[in-house]
Amino acid sequence: MQNARSDPSKPARFWLALILPMWVVFAIPVFAADKPLIAVASSLNGVIGPISQGFALHTGQQVRVSFGASGSLTRQIVQGAPFELFLSADKSYVDILIDNGLAATSSEIYATGRLVLFVPDNSPLPGNPALAELPSALEDGRLQRLAIANPEHAPYGRAARDALQFLGLWQTIQGKLLFGENVAQAAQFTTSGADAGIVSLSIAQDLASSGQGTYILLPESWHQPLHHYMVLLSPAGKVARAFYDYLKQSGAQQIFRKFGFSTPTPSQ
Amino acid sequence: MDWLAFSLSLQLAAWTTIVLIPIAVVVARVIAWRRFAAKGFIEALVALPLVLPPTVLGYYMLTVFSKNSLLGGAYQSLFNQSLAFSFEGLLLASLVINIPFAIQPMQRAFEAMPGELREAAWCSGLSRWQTFLRIEFPLAWTGILTAAVLTFAHTLGEFGVVLMVGGNIPGETKTIAIAIYDRVQAFDDRQAATMSALLLMFSFVAIGVIYFVNDRFKQRFH
Repeated sequence: MQNARSDPSKPARFWLALILPMWVVFAIPVFAADKPLIAVASSLNGVIGPISQGFALHTGQQVRVSFGASGSLTRQIVQGAPFELFLSADKSYVDILIDNGLAATSSEIYATGRLVLFVPDNSPLPGNPALAELPSALEDGRLQRLAIANPEHAPYGRAARDALQFLGLWQTIQGKLLFGENVAQAAQFTTSGADAGIVSLSIAQDLASSGQGTYILLPESWHQPLHHYMVLLSPAGKVARAFYDYLKQSGAQQIFRKFGFSTPTPSQ
Repeated sequence: MDWLAFSLSLQLAAWTTIVLIPIAVVVARVIAWRRFAAKGFIEALVALPLVLPPTVLGYYMLTVFSKNSLLGGAYQSLFNQSLAFSFEGLLLASLVINIPFAIQPMQRAFEAMPGELREAAWCSGLSRWQTFLRIEFPLAWTGILTAAVLTFAHTLGEFGVVLMVGGNIPGETKTIAIAIYDRVQAFDDRQAATMSALLLMFSFVAIGVIYFVNDRFKQRFH
């Protein structure tokens, strides 16, 4: 009798032993919810780590970062993703959010990106890339594949198209362009098979410092400025607002400049 | 509607099916009928693309296609063009991704065939080739058709690996799935909806054909 009663409880205890730890594991993200979720354009991939560390040092608070193409992030926010702050790589996507009534503030520039021509190490193009070389390399067939971000939706892609149009190469280069989903993928294409790429200074600095190639800055007058806009979203709490303010302070702005961006507050 | 991308997808799917199915027939027969030490290993290898994330496959393909790799370098010197970001490279990737879809349905079909049948055919004086054409093929053709249609439809729907290794070149590596993604990213919902609906119908018809034919085949034999 005693045995019969205790037997059925055994599997129950087994399941409890299994489920309890799982519940704890699944609950962790819930407890992490006081760290606000921030949507960040993938062009900020290298710089946002040091900045959020600076923020943590400064305030003792932390944020959780979610990278993506500005377009996809905007779509996710419109669709109800629980982001509290959006760091976009341009203005148009931020405007979409404001138009949809999802913003808590107006938009603000926090950094401005620069465009470079990056030439990977094993490219048939000269190691020290001269911009004047581009048309002739295109003509004599040395340049077979040029990677840029997709101008249909990536801000750095639009700027790259501007630059190629400025040079009068946009028509002749059709069919030789590789389109990365965002500027980070364009850079990745550049180092894994393309002859050159038009990418962000921020990524190019990183690639060059790890010995993967060389780059040259494109004049800013060749393309629409790559102003990065940010906006606080309706669910923004105290920590997200503090992070928003921190991004405008000199500490964060200095980190932006170190990583190849120019900033609204000029360098001292 | 991006017809260029749609036609490219159809071409990629057709080439993948044409190249892969004959190879898959040979491999599926071997796995189904022969006993050998490495069989479990081969079967696991065949099934691997089903469970691997496209990112893993895409990463390896990018590495293998690069000019600095053995394969990519050999291709570059042979054809004087890069394997990465080309239709040929995409086809190669597509062949690898579709291995399980091509082999597994056929393997099941060949496994279901009694061995005595072939032995009887050989005793009746049929050559191996005749045995395949007159005995094996009529019994296994639904399996082969299933494999072909699955491979074709799955290639049309492949997204992750193409996004990673293709480079989104119109007319060369920009498939319909990538075109849809681009339109969604660009907030062009009308185009995205049109192309999605087309792909949905196309895939539904393809899969429908498999079930219809398989049903008919079963009814005939039971």
